[in-house]
Amino acid sequence: MKPFTYERPGTPAEAAAAAASTPGARFIAGGTNLLDLMKLQVETPAHLVDVNGLGLDGIEPTPEGGLRIGALVSNTDLAADARVRKDYAVLSRALLAGASGQLRNRATTAGNLLQRTRCPYFYDTAQPCNKRRPGSGCAALDGVSRQLAVVGSSEACIATNPSDMAVAMRILDATVETVDAEGTRRRIGMADFHRLPDERPELDTTLRPGELVTAVTLPKPLGGAHVYRKVRDRASYAFALVSVAAVVRPDGTGRVAFGGLAHKPWRVEAAEADLPRGARAVAEGVLAGARPTHENAFKLKLAERTLGAVLHQARA
Amino acid sequence: MKFDTPAGANPIDRLKVVGKPTDRIDGPRKTTGTAPYANDWHDPQSRLAYGYVVGAGIGKGRIAGMDVSRAEAAAGVLAVVTAANAGKLDRGAFYVARALAGPDVDHYHQAVALVVAETFEQARAAAALVRVDYVRSEGVFDLAAAKDTAVAPKAGPFVSPEAKAGDFEAAFATAPVRIDESYGTPDHAHAMMEPHATVASWDGDRLTLWTAIQQMNWGVRDIAKTLGIAKGNVRLVSPFIGGGFGGKGTILSDAVLASLGARAAGRPVKVSLPRPLMFNNVTHRPATIQRIRIGAGPDGRITAIGHESWSGNLPDGPPETATEPTRLLYAGPNRLMRMHLARLDLPEGGAMRAPGEAPGMMALEIAMDEMAERLGMDPVAFRVLNDTQVDPENPRRPFSRRQLVECLRRGAELFGWERRVAKPGQVRDGRWLVGMGMASAIRGAPVMRSAARVRLDGRGMVTVETDMTDIGTGSYTIIAQTAAEMMGLPLDRVVVRLGDSAYPESPGSGGQWGAASSTAGVYAACVKLREAVARRLGFNATDAVFEDGQVRAGNRSEPLVRAAAGGELVAEDGVEYGDLAEWFALQTFGAHFVEVGVDVDTAEVRVRRMLAVCAAGRILSPKAARSQIIGGMTMGIGAALMEELAVDARRGFFVNHDLAGYEVPVHADIPDLQVSFLDEIDPAASPLKAKGVGELGISGAAAAVANAVHNATGVRVRDYPVTLDKLLGGMPEAA
Repeated sequence: MKPFTYERPGTPAEAAAAAASTPGARFIAGGTNLLDLMKLQVETPAHLVDVNGLGLDGIEPTPEGGLRIGALVSNTDLAADARVRKDYAVLSRALLAGASGQLRNRATTAGNLLQRTRCPYFYDTAQPCNKRRPGSGCAALDGVSRQLAVVGSSEACIATNPSDMAVAMRILDATVETVDAEGTRRRIGMADFHRLPDERPELDTTLRPGELVTAVTLPKPLGGAHVYRKVRDRASYAFALVSVAAVVRPDGTGRVAFGGLAHKPWRVEAAEADLPRGARAVAEGVLAGARPTHENAFKLKLAERTLGAVLHQARA
Repeated sequence: MKFDTPAGANPIDRLKVVGKPTDRIDGPRKTTGTAPYANDWHDPQSRLAYGYVVGAGIGKGRIAGMDVSRAEAAAGVLAVVTAANAGKLDRGAFYVARALAGPDVDHYHQAVALVVAETFEQARAAAALVRVDYVRSEGVFDLAAAKDTAVAPKAGPFVSPEAKAGDFEAAFATAPVRIDESYGTPDHAHAMMEPHATVASWDGDRLTLWTAIQQMNWGVRDIAKTLGIAKGNVRLVSPFIGGGFGGKGTILSDAVLASLGARAAGRPVKVSLPRPLMFNNVTHRPATIQRIRIGAGPDGRITAIGHESWSGNLPDGPPETATEPTRLLYAGPNRLMRMHLARLDLPEGGAMRAPGEAPGMMALEIAMDEMAERLGMDPVAFRVLNDTQVDPENPRRPFSRRQLVECLRRGAELFGWERRVAKPGQVRDGRWLVGMGMASAIRGAPVMRSAARVRLDGRGMVTVETDMTDIGTGSYTIIAQTAAEMMGLPLDRVVVRLGDSAYPESPGSGGQWGAASSTAGVYAACVKLREAVARRLGFNATDAVFEDGQVRAGNRSEPLVRAAAGGELVAEDGVEYGDLAEWFALQTFGAHFVEVGVDVDTAEVRVRRMLAVCAAGRILSPKAARSQIIGGMTMGIGAALMEELAVDARRGFFVNHDLAGYEVPVHADIPDLQVSFLDEIDPAASPLKAKGVGELGISGAAAAVANAVHNATGVRVRDYPVTLDKLLGGMPEAA
């Protein structure tokens, strides 16, 4: 870990200003990912802006009939919120499928959205990794890639986004609210919040330097059956090989998004029209253009079969 | 004391303390955080400094240049140790990897430097400033690719490269029913909770290491040899160890580098390996490729059994002895076991819980399941039919005690094996395909010379001192039970001190030899103490009965404590073993039964229930022994379903080098595991008629799971771990 300076501002605007005025600054909330990465010198911030004192830890109804979730609401509290459990059950289930009880107590809503990939080469500073050191190459392309992306990847990067929560937020059409150093507020739809790696895999999101996530809003409830299914080698405390978030209405229509397949939560809206026709039809559209490695080609079949199980469960 | 004939009746047989399921006596210290582990040593007077290891960033090559100037100039830095200033370093007598690279780099994350600073944080920050220029060279990292280069390994105390009986090739060629299959087991990490850690302190030329190793005698030998100092100038202290599984057999880089760092800094230095270094810097269980051939008559009697194993290691490193269990487990007149060893440039392969048996049984016990299926026999009945009560290579050598058949039958009954549907893929419970599998278990029961010192003080307390270690197994407790039984005292009148090389020598914890060996040494010392007590109290030692704090003979009874009224009584002795192991095959046995569910859509495998029935001599502490068996079963479930060090064969290292990437079972993976011990005493094993159980529980466990997966799905996976990607292709069409 490199020495760094630290401050704890009192308002979101001050936090954004502090981050913008100090080169190499990072926000820190729960620290469940950032501190690990700092110990390994994968992340080497010169300055930490502690956002825990910003009072962004409430969940409140919106005038539109949805929910506004403060950036600092813990994963534990969000999963346990009665409104979330009742109206956005897919989100609650996704959260509880992630990490461990201890980590969920510390991890925050914004921090969860901003967690970095778990690609093992990203974590090893002796290895090339375009996400960690742009231009150094991607060791995963011809390396150990069983966990890594099968769609939306590039020659520069096949990392996956590890978040379960983000997959649920993606089908709920959540919106990320931010503020920057000038106090300008911005709303970013979940579809546009995470990026594909293309030639700039070092950028996970479309946030601008110094821009602070203040909240995530959920539109009014969708109804329907909410399912989150996470498939992994052990029963808990593992990142998804494939996960499926689905909201299915009684007539068989609905929405579906996937985790574990791509650099971002993977949702292909056009393919959702095929939901009444079943998993195979949807999977064809969702996985079109997939470029798996020899180690992770199984994810294509697994995604389709998991979706089939999820649709079966949703209808039951 | 010499142990060269089977044990007769002795005071242990009373079983007033031994054999009781007592809580572990060191438990309160552990649960209150007052048991000092190596990394906990903080002497405020000693101006402790901290060392941080820099691991090599290449798998094979050499260091062309190093720049440590920025690290040396960093805040708080006291010294930077590299090959350039470390002086001449040898290796120990057990592990073969060098603790410090330079100029050659032999494997990934081999230490290239140790940065010593005032604080841990300063050392870690400065370590990142060390710049190393490497020249990579071509390495061999892929066992399958190197298989054809493998040669016969050197024979050694733990290695028999080839074992034969009869004419295997001819018998196999003519056997009416045969299988000939290949199996793969991956590299495994010990993944113990406590990292390798050492605090080193020099006093002149005398070195003290507070460290975490399993065998103090090996540690003293190996640190002395490595540093070129006298054994008599070394003291090792390891009172508590947070798991080892063979990964802390003797000193490793942390101990060597802490010693060098302390010498360079002129102060005590603490070094613990960061978790990401614990997969490539130190040792692991090597991968194997195994070929098993079994031939039998239509009646199911095995006529030919052949087991070959290929593994790799650094130069001079040993093979994985995967063929070892097959030498003794089943009958059959024609036999061939053969090991092959390839040179690999991966990190060093070494012992991990049940070396040989663990990976060997992963293969053999699938092969037995396949053979039973081919014969149309029940897998339990097939194994029972092929039981042997003598060493198949030497029929004049019987087993001292062998209750494999009893384990198999008792297990089948307890588990409800008769409900198993032999045809795979037939049982459905909701979204789960359900199957049952089983496997035998075998693990050697070696014993080694072990000594102890016992003291009786004026308060009537007995204190035991031996350099035996407790790596979480319960050594403290069974040693206390042994002394309490021998001296006729309750458990709370015994104090046990372990893990200090200044105490009488034991063989430590490893190879499942610790429990039987160390309690034998304590037994011998207590026999001497009883003699001293009897003399002091005017009894004939052979007549005296030690019971309830009293010593009795005839009509006279004296309080034990009175013997120490004139001063503490001290006795020291150990047990030396004769040639009983040549007359008898000394082994422990068991049988595993497993029920799994396999998700019909995703092919996720989850264990639903599991039972082990074990026969392992006298069980000294049923509670600690059960913990050992369920620990082994848990590790077996991990080996079956998830554990694999992922090799990057281009760059030459284990990629998943942390506990997020190297998955071991979590609580949610482990259902209620059942363990049943058969009543057994084995007089040929040790004076306590006991054998170890620390490694028996893993033997066969993974294969039982794999066989259950096959029974559930009809898919036979021969390449561990049995992950869902290997099953998906054979699962029923999606709903």
